[in-house]
Amino acid sequence: MTLQDIGAIATALCLLIGAGFTLVGAIGLVKFNDSMTRLHAPTKVGTVGVGALLLASILYSLTYKYGSAHEILIMAFLFVTAPISANFIAKVNIHRRSCETPPEPPQDDTWGTLNVPEADKAVSNPVGSTQS
Amino acid sequence: MSFATDLLNIALVIAFVSVAVSQVLSMVRLVIGPDTGTRILALDTMVVNAIGLIVLLGIAQGTNIYFEVALIIAMLGFVSTVAYARFILRGDIIE
Repeated sequence: MTLQDIGAIATALCLLIGAGFTLVGAIGLVKFNDSMTRLHAPTKVGTVGVGALLLASILYSLTYKYGSAHEILIMAFLFVTAPISANFIAKVNIHRRSCETPPEPPQDDTWGTLNVPEADKAVSNPVGSTQS
Repeated sequence: MSFATDLLNIALVIAFVSVAVSQVLSMVRLVIGPDTGTRILALDTMVVNAIGLIVLLGIAQGTNIYFEVALIIAMLGFVSTVAYARFILRGDIIE
């Protein structure tokens, strides 16, 4: 078994891991029945799934061509931004009260996203909104 | 065709099929999603799956020219998710 065979097998393994995580995350997005629960599955697609696919791309270029590792740039960007966007979506869920409202935070009146200033209420509560 | 090359080709086909199926599943959630947060989440997942499909296309063609495409889609996807969430939270994007 040459070094090229080992590289090809490692690439195939990374591809299978990434494909499995992506598929399972999408199935979880469809099957879960609560908006906060649904947030759990696709965050794994964004980190482990695409991370393994990018690792497979790096291994492929190391095996069959001159090596190039600048997919690490996409990987680092996705790993930094995935928690931020998940946090924003959770704040949207609390704001629109589409989930069970969490208990009151200590030493504070209410959650910051529910504390809308009077001037903003006209624009953030349009007609047909689910917020009571 | 050695055993390893065969394995790589089969794994590439499996990866293409499952990422495409998950793209379709997140589009289903985008259509039936009962609330706004779920729709934003489905759009975010679709952007991530599009990056995965582009990376797989780069592996399948053995070329490196799709790197910038994937990088720019990653940045635009994050910015658009934050902009949608910001619009729901504050009614305005740039205050």
